[in-house]
Amino acid sequence: MTRMDDLKKRTVTAPDGEVFTVDPMKEYFCDKRPEVQEPAHPLLEKFFNWARSNSLWVLGWGTGCGSIELPPLTTPRFDMFRYGVQMRPTPRQAGVFIISGYLAVKTLKRVIRAYEQMQGPKYIIALGSCTINGGMYYDSFNTINRLDHYIPVDVYITGCMPRPEAILSGFVELKKRIRAGKAEGANDYAERFDWYKANQKKVIKGWDMPDYNW
Amino acid sequence: MELTLTSRILYSLLGLFIVFNYGLLQSGVMRKIVARVAGRYGIPVYQSYFDIIKNLAKRSQITHGIMFYLGPIFRLGGGIGLFLFMPMIFGSIYFKNFSFTGDIVLLMYFQFFGMLGMALGAGEAGHPNSTIGISRGLAQFTTVEISFTLAIIAIAIQYQTLSVYNIVAAQQGGILHWTLFQNPVATLAGMLSFLGIMRHAPFNVVMAPQEIPIGPPTEYHSTYLGMLQSNRAILHIVESALFMNLFFGGATNWIEFIVKTFFIYFTTVFVGVVFPRYRVDQSVAWFVKVPLVIGVLGVIYATYIN
Ligand code: SF4
Repeated sequence: MTRMDDLKKRTVTAPDGEVFTVDPMKEYFCDKRPEVQEPAHPLLEKFFNWARSNSLWVLGWGTGCGSIELPPLTTPRFDMFRYGVQMRPTPRQAGVFIISGYLAVKTLKRVIRAYEQMQGPKYIIALGSCTINGGMYYDSFNTINRLDHYIPVDVYITGCMPRPEAILSGFVELKKRIRAGKAEGANDYAERFDWYKANQKKVIKGWDMPDYNW
Repeated sequence: MELTLTSRILYSLLGLFIVFNYGLLQSGVMRKIVARVAGRYGIPVYQSYFDIIKNLAKRSQITHGIMFYLGPIFRLGGGIGLFLFMPMIFGSIYFKNFSFTGDIVLLMYFQFFGMLGMALGAGEAGHPNSTIGISRGLAQFTTVEISFTLAIIAIAIQYQTLSVYNIVAAQQGGILHWTLFQNPVATLAGMLSFLGIMRHAPFNVVMAPQEIPIGPPTEYHSTYLGMLQSNRAILHIVESALFMNLFFGGATNWIEFIVKTFFIYFTTVFVGVVFPRYRVDQSVAWFVKVPLVIGVLGVIYATYIN
């Protein structure tokens, strides 16, 4: 069975003899379009943003070589915990997604899925030159050059590779943005969904998942 | 003096409020201690508040079905149920909650109730990591429960009662009246099973951050997660309070309560910092070998020696 067959509707016989149909595209995914989520009352939202900025749960997933600078953040020397930053290895619970460097097209697909599974408001930190203009892989045949054509980025951290100190300052920058109420990437994604999707589909060949999958 | 039902409910809510906040702060303090052991500065002690507010303030949330929705509710129900039937402060008519004769059986039921509800809910989420976490969690907890039950049987035989309030009453009159000194064998079995109930290392393979990230609550987010976190804060304190009542003479005021529960909970953190994690087969084998045997000895001690 090839990968595409895997996703087709089919009839399955269970071990106890029961026969039922499975439609993976319907049952494993939800393709409901993302909606703009209105912020709460301004005063309340200020309070929420203050709490959000003090509790950043990071989806730690190394996409490129820059990710080698993430583990030191948990060590005594850099200790990101004192800024309220914690690792959370599941997209459902995480609020900050760090794209650590170049993105191969294959990885981009997974990044999109993980990003869409996160619950808003959600933020993206893009790490390293590769996410800004392609960096040293700018002419590679299978990496993307500019990340914010595909998903909304809140903070860019320059460098190749950025030191852990730079990443910490990136967190501080993100906190400022959240407190100012400017970190509305999830809503931007929902508003300009068609544009983002068109860009994604331009580079991802053989698109075999629903347009939106939470 | 007897309180009216309304004021009993109100005092219970006040107690719950105290326990909830104490639980949140205590978990922050414990994490700070663990961080200092590792040479880190560590998160602020009030971090849990931010985390809960953040989770409750998430703007979107999805569900995988009815059981998924009910899972955290059952879990929180288990935690609050445990609180409601536990006498918190001995001798206080305000904070004895709704304890009654025979409540210890109900308390043991509530311990398992939350876990089962959570297991059904997390199972419906369908994430492989949740399912692995659940099977490990239930396997481990079943063996933990055996030694814990043996410790309780020993105490029940010794004091001839199944009421937590009467067990505390039997321990009054000085430190040497505590179960800790009256039946040290049962206390040891109970405290070893306490390690399994609190699920710090070496028995934290259920959540195992580096192995099956997050475990059962993998799919839980937003308000679901906020509920689970609130429950954890309450549960940690109430479980410590249960052990305080059973083995360490209970508490007659809130200061004593806080000091005792802090150190009881601290034992699990201490063990967790010192020992690395067991695999689930190792931990199950360990619980069946060591605390179980000690628990049986505790029952024998209570029956024949005391
Ligand atoms: S910016 Fe440099 S370190 Fe980062 S992914 Fe690109 S090449 Fe690697």
